[in-house]
Amino acid sequence: MGLEDNFYGEVLLDHNLHPVHRHDLPCATCRTDGVNPSCGDDISLSLEIHDGIIENGAFTGVGCAVSQASADIMLELIIGKTTDEARHLAHLFDKMIRSEITESELEELEEAGALQNVSKMPARVKCAKLGWRTLESLLEENG
Amino acid sequence: MNEALLSKANFPVFEVYKNLVYLDNSATQQKPRSVIERVDRYYREENANPMRGLYGLSVSATEAYDSAREAVCKFIGADSTREIIFTRNATESLNLVAYSWGRANISEGDELLVAISEHHSDLLPWQILAKEKGAVLKYLECDQTGLYTAEALRAALSEKTKLFAIAQISNIFGRLNPIKEFAEICHANGTLIVCDGAQSVPHIPVDVKDLGVDFLAFSGHKMLAPMGIGVLYGREELLEKMPPFLSGGEMIEYVTLCGATYAELPHKFEAGTVNAGGAVGLHAAIDYIGELGFEAIEKRENELTALAFEQMKQIPYVHIIGADDPAEHHGILAFTVEGVHPHDIAALMDSQDVAIRAGHHCAQPLHRHLGVQSTARASLAFYNDEQDIERFITALGDLRRRMGYGT
Ligand SMILES: Cc1ncc(COP(=O)(O)O)c(C=O)c1O
Repeated sequence: MGLEDNFYGEVLLDHNLHPVHRHDLPCATCRTDGVNPSCGDDISLSLEIHDGIIENGAFTGVGCAVSQASADIMLELIIGKTTDEARHLAHLFDKMIRSEITESELEELEEAGALQNVSKMPARVKCAKLGWRTLESLLEENG
Repeated sequence: MNEALLSKANFPVFEVYKNLVYLDNSATQQKPRSVIERVDRYYREENANPMRGLYGLSVSATEAYDSAREAVCKFIGADSTREIIFTRNATESLNLVAYSWGRANISEGDELLVAISEHHSDLLPWQILAKEKGAVLKYLECDQTGLYTAEALRAALSEKTKLFAIAQISNIFGRLNPIKEFAEICHANGTLIVCDGAQSVPHIPVDVKDLGVDFLAFSGHKMLAPMGIGVLYGREELLEKMPPFLSGGEMIEYVTLCGATYAELPHKFEAGTVNAGGAVGLHAAIDYIGELGFEAIEKRENELTALAFEQMKQIPYVHIIGADDPAEHHGILAFTVEGVHPHDIAALMDSQDVAIRAGHHCAQPLHRHLGVQSTARASLAFYNDEQDIERFITALGDLRRRMGYGT
């Protein structure tokens, strides 16, 4: 029982302690909040979308290392991509968590692949998905 | 008093998980061999549908079930087994009061007073009742150490306050509330008092008549017994006047196409086939506690609590929620670690086979009141030992380093 000592690998620890995209985004074109009621994690996601391209993005809020690092990694991945590409990545992330992802798909997720271990811990899945879930609902509301 | 019963060796789960440090006893306790074997024997030798059959085996099932009720009655000092209702857990017991007593007695403009540190089980039923009836839900606040005062209670009661709900021991602070004094204050005001005993009944002697509470709810699984069996104690004259909660088999005397007369207490509140296996398991748990004695249980739990408390206080960045005196904690140590989210605390502890709880512990309003989003919680039982505390403290001291901090 128990996880490996390296469950929180370098990537996750680093994004948690030194998030790049954790700040306000004054020129955001859309914003929404995501809450994980089971642990009280809560993040606010802002994106600046022009002509279907996510030109910038940021998040604020509080939560565990998994939810915070996952959101930061997600933003790293989606900034500069189209909203369709972002949706596609969200879909892949979901597949990864459900352990249904292929090797090549996993490569597309880049650093987000560091969260693959989470699929083994049901209680943490919601934490890892919080940012992505919030992204999906934001994109749904805002094209 | 039989000190051998304090040992982990009586709990088979630790034979399977030899390395496990189990510090989530407030969520549920592990089961001693005698309880497991008693339930096993019930299903091997005594099982039939209690109260229904007219044959020997059903009679033995009924006897086992009835004698469990007698054991509970004695255990909490009730006057009669008519006052002991078996439920699934504390949550169902509290809902029973809210639905049955609440719907018959609460009307628009009435007030319900609930302690702010209550578990959602002792809060949502009142919130829903208030909404449905147009009653007003008020919260009694405590200070940062979990202390509720008689003055604050007196000030919060009004002539419209019909009910006050409070835990005897909070599952976050571990603090023992002066229920007897609160009951007197409530009754002088014509207010009923509902006591959530989920965290007290397993750890200290509880006597409902001495406390003077109108209702007491608790769960078997938090006191060595199986999951799925709980208790509601209610004063007989109140239960007598309350309408049934659920309806169906076992709770009626006569049924016709247009009506029914209800069975006598306590069966009026036990619709459908009962959890006899759970009840006999609870009986065995009460016997275990009885043989061990609360004096030994409290002494051991207080020792371990003090040991953990003192060492936690030595670790920088660790903050214990509640009183600054381990004697006020009753085995419950909720805490935060600066810079480390409680979920991460629990995950990292788990990687060293130390099981603790993290989150808001079903007490969101309290966390808001305290201004923390969530906490981690270690909770002890008498079968924990010094090594458990040592392993917990070592893991705790190492957390920030493992999260990538310099210290
Ligand atoms: C104070 C308190 N009340 C009520 C409950 C609910 O117990 P159960 O889930 O067994 O109904 C708990 C347990 O988590 C508790 O700690």
